[in-house]
Amino acid sequence: MALYEHIFLARQDVSAQQVEELTNALTEVLAAGGGKVTKNEYWGLKSLSYRIKKNRKAHYSLLNIDAPSAAVAEMERQMRINEDILRFMTVRVDELEEGPSAMMQKRDRDDRDGERGGRPDRGGADRFGGGERRPRRF
Amino acid sequence: MAIKDLTTSQARRPFQRRRKTCPFSGENAPKIDYKDVRLLSRYVSERGKIVPSRITAVSALKQRELARAIKRARFIGIMPYALS
Repeated sequence: MALYEHIFLARQDVSAQQVEELTNALTEVLAAGGGKVTKNEYWGLKSLSYRIKKNRKAHYSLLNIDAPSAAVAEMERQMRINEDILRFMTVRVDELEEGPSAMMQKRDRDDRDGERGGRPDRGGADRFGGGERRPRRF
Repeated sequence: MAIKDLTTSQARRPFQRRRKTCPFSGENAPKIDYKDVRLLSRYVSERGKIVPSRITAVSALKQRELARAIKRARFIGIMPYALS
């Protein structure tokens, strides 16, 4: 069976408990199709970078899935019908990662934001977005 | 010989830059993951655009992977498409 990472965003006025129920419902759909969920991560209510269907915030959930493609297709079909789901993304991966994802680890690192590793954009690389192209720098 | 001398050591001396290497190659390089906003945000400009690899020195292969990760992160709303 194929391995997938699946992220879905639920509407902000849905409670965390309802999101959990939704996750369980989706897990059942997968189970019915012969698949299983190996990890279930709830990221909480996060603010979006831009508005999605008039929402500024959304509940994020990550599922690691080991299921045949038909089961995933069926789950996605039901998600499209559900109005509480703003958006979802399924990515096929070669291997599922163990332990908490980068999003969960971020929390404890966030406090010390002092260290600045390799700044790529030195002083407005954007200004060069127009016609002129800088020669390659070595 | 004389030409090489002029371009490499003398004429460019005050502005000589060290050749940067790809931050995703070599040992204990970070893994490119679309969920890792902190890592990805280093490779976008203040406006939210992906910074070209000639500035960040990311290798071509890794730049493609990075661009894919940034685009995925944008789609799920954890990174912006554009910042004003």
